[in-house]
Amino acid sequence: MTPFINAMSAVVWKDLAAEWRSRELISAMLVFALLVIFIFNFALELNPAQRSGITSGVLWVTFVFAGTLGLNRSLAVEKDRGCLDGLLLAPVDRTAIYFGKALANFVFMLLVAAIVLPVYSILYNTNLFHPGLILVILLGSEGYAAVGTLLAAMSVQTRTRDILLPILLFPIIIPVLVAAVKASSGFLQMLPMEEITPWLNLLIVYDVVFTAVSFMVFEFVVEE
Amino acid sequence: MIIVHRLVKRFGLKVILRNLDFQVAAGEFVALLGPNGAGKTTFLRILSSLSQPTLGQVRIAGYGLPGESAAVRRKLGVVSHMPLLYGDLTAEENLRFYGRMYNVPAIKERIEQVLEIVGLAKRQRDLVRTFSRGMQQRLAIGRAILHDPEVLLLDEPHTGLDQDACNMLDDVLRQEALRKRTVVMTSHDLSRAADLASRFDILTRGAIQASAQSADLPQDGLLAFYRHSLEESDLQRSVQVQA
Repeated sequence: MTPFINAMSAVVWKDLAAEWRSRELISAMLVFALLVIFIFNFALELNPAQRSGITSGVLWVTFVFAGTLGLNRSLAVEKDRGCLDGLLLAPVDRTAIYFGKALANFVFMLLVAAIVLPVYSILYNTNLFHPGLILVILLGSEGYAAVGTLLAAMSVQTRTRDILLPILLFPIIIPVLVAAVKASSGFLQMLPMEEITPWLNLLIVYDVVFTAVSFMVFEFVVEE
Repeated sequence: MIIVHRLVKRFGLKVILRNLDFQVAAGEFVALLGPNGAGKTTFLRILSSLSQPTLGQVRIAGYGLPGESAAVRRKLGVVSHMPLLYGDLTAEENLRFYGRMYNVPAIKERIEQVLEIVGLAKRQRDLVRTFSRGMQQRLAIGRAILHDPEVLLLDEPHTGLDQDACNMLDDVLRQEALRKRTVVMTSHDLSRAADLASRFDILTRGAIQASAQSADLPQDGLLAFYRHSLEESDLQRSVQVQA
């Protein structure tokens, strides 16, 4: 195993082990996500035809807001006991730390999605287990975790980190959010692939570009 | 081992370190003393590559900062004000994590050895968040020596420790000094610094104002040397202000 992969996997293992013990991050994300779904369920009394059109919007709003809670918590844990300094003192490429944190955040996003999807399916009487939708969730969560981890590493250095992260994050993730909502909606409404492919392409391009940008600038972001 | 030449550190308009020169030979144990706000922590953060110098040169073990910081970090063990430990991991898991980050060989045996040294062998499976401040500091010391670093940077390491833990830390530091490891330690505890260090540097107003070898000071002479250095610094400052 190369030192880069070793350091990255150590960070992922550490985040997952700590979360397995505390369950603070996942609980906060899940409770929030389920509350949003319940509120939408009672607020929007929709007929089946309207449901398929609105499902993707409700789902992605839920993922994005729950994800923000998770990102804040994930980096706040590093800052509170000075652990971020501990990570930065390690003789490893600092981008390995970034990829480790981003990968752990990606896993947390997917865990929330894995619980939210069946609950949503039951509440709204809609089948969401569509391979296309799963693909969109994978791509959208990757882009979100890539940018979110970078911006959370920036905002965690400030006193107003809880407020600052959404202010920085939401404008930058608009492309991924729009593309994910459109692609999800396309799959759920069984639209032809020609209409969905441009949105999938946008998601892939966003993921590649922003993962590469985050890779390049992470070291400068965390330096004092 | 450590060479610092004309180091300047600014935060905005505030100058923290002013043309600071500092050298430490391999195997030397330097106690860095000075009042609060003198710039000791900032200086140690620059030496540990956590903060970048505004101007000046810093070389540790032949590697320059910030350009070769990864190579420098491999040589360093750092104890700071904060424990740098994860509360939701056990003592053993924390050390295993850092062991992986530092690529420590035979990690299991080394962790057992380090936990024995810092007196936490019986608490290795307890979560760090259940530890007292002193126990966390013990583990922080274990984390710092886990990869057997050539240089130890310690920022007020005795803070929050009880007498037993202070004695344990002193024993660890004496062992490191005997093994010719280089140590730079900031401290407000003059008596412990006097017992441990081979050299005392007084850092005030962002520069080293005075330096003395332990052998050159009389018995119990550190306090007098420290006070005299600060008075001289105050005098110089008032002369500068009047001029």
